[in-house]
Amino acid sequence: MEIPKSFLGYKRENGRVGTRNHVVILPVDDISNACAEAVANNIKGTFAIPHAYGRLQFGADLELFFDTMIGTGKNPNVAACVVIGIEPKWTKRIVDAIATTGKPVEGFSIEGAGDIKTIMTASKKAQEFSQWASEKQREECPLSDLWISVKCGESDTTSGMAANPAVGNLMDKLEPLGVHLCFGETSELTGAEKVCATRGSTPEAQKKFMKTWSDYNDFILKEATNDLSESQPTAGNIAGGLTTIEEKAFGNFQKIGSRTFIDVLTPAEEPKKGPGLYFMDTSSAAGECLTLQAAAGFNIHLFPTGQGNIIGNAIEPVVKLTGNPSTAVNMKEHIDLDVSKILKREMNMDQAGDELIKTTIRAASGRLTCAEVLGHKEFIMTKLFRSA
Amino acid sequence: MANTDIIIHDEKDNVGVVVIEKITPNQECNCWVMENDKSVKIQSKNEIPLGHKIAMIDFKEGDTILKYGHDIGKVVKDIKKGEHVHVHNVKTKKW
Repeated sequence: MEIPKSFLGYKRENGRVGTRNHVVILPVDDISNACAEAVANNIKGTFAIPHAYGRLQFGADLELFFDTMIGTGKNPNVAACVVIGIEPKWTKRIVDAIATTGKPVEGFSIEGAGDIKTIMTASKKAQEFSQWASEKQREECPLSDLWISVKCGESDTTSGMAANPAVGNLMDKLEPLGVHLCFGETSELTGAEKVCATRGSTPEAQKKFMKTWSDYNDFILKEATNDLSESQPTAGNIAGGLTTIEEKAFGNFQKIGSRTFIDVLTPAEEPKKGPGLYFMDTSSAAGECLTLQAAAGFNIHLFPTGQGNIIGNAIEPVVKLTGNPSTAVNMKEHIDLDVSKILKREMNMDQAGDELIKTTIRAASGRLTCAEVLGHKEFIMTKLFRSA
Repeated sequence: MANTDIIIHDEKDNVGVVVIEKITPNQECNCWVMENDKSVKIQSKNEIPLGHKIAMIDFKEGDTILKYGHDIGKVVKDIKKGEHVHVHNVKTKKW
């Protein structure tokens, strides 16, 4: 197949391109969720991203919180953003950082004003943003404006045979075109970590990967009170035939095809070394991983599943594929692409990769994904430790 | 081409994965080795569902299971060729 050269995206003020045109009402903290949701309810064409944190965090955990909030607002899938927090200082820090993209953003703090007055003033700004964003048009953009993140979930042995290598095939075909790519799931590379490390394109990247994996593994072993046999692999993984974390890891690893990664990113860190594949240090829980990848600026996500994970994301469209013929039928409404014909040898990996490229470009150009239509807007903060 | 019942990733692998709804005991199964596109046959000893593994050789306790050409865990209970390989007879070496 000749790979299409372009997709239809929204060009942003800072040169990045969005696959969506969201107007987001972003609460800074848990107690501002009600206000943000009220504004989103008032003003059509907007939505709130409620979450559970943002109070009394400190140190590295607080910095990751800010990186996640700021990165979410800066993501090119967000056209404009209203930020609402209880206190002005942290609200302003987030607003000022999002404003560096040049996109419309304004902050409101509730303290001293109360919910009702804040809802009124923030709603007026949200109305202005919503109508402004509604006039933005999609334009033809090169595929190099795609920033594709990947993560698999509810994996089974079909993931390693069909859906994950189909993603790997897409990576092998799109990386030479200047696409940014990102994989993560530090803990789920356990067993394949030494093989994965050899895919670092420089000795520095290899060393950084092994340090990142060892630190995460040490943390797991320190906190473990059992042999993790009910957590990794999960009960769903085991039902699907996956026996050990090592087996899961080698299946997981198929997602990067024959690519090498150019750098290791900290959670939510924006890639700065140009196009190519990056590894990000993330949890293997889907909601946490996707939220971090979206905060790093990735604008479309590919999610291979075996037993049928149903995850979406607040701002990044999630394209789901499966190689499991039962899941493809029984959970059809969640599956954007069925590659189960690979198991019957009625489809080869080259064809599966091509189909996935077509599906990805359609979704990037505006076709709603299954997760979007079904209302999945997961936004899950990675918490590094307890608050003060 | 005969229907494929079992897929084997790598020619070094000593297990295969069932890719039909299930295989039944004493079924003569067609296996396809993805890496070299070869076909082999195996007779099953148990019922094994879609996505689950079958032993391609006899294993003794302590042996290593190879899939994708790599070590994916250790045998904790002897396994006969054609038997179901899963959490009841294989464990991780990691945790």
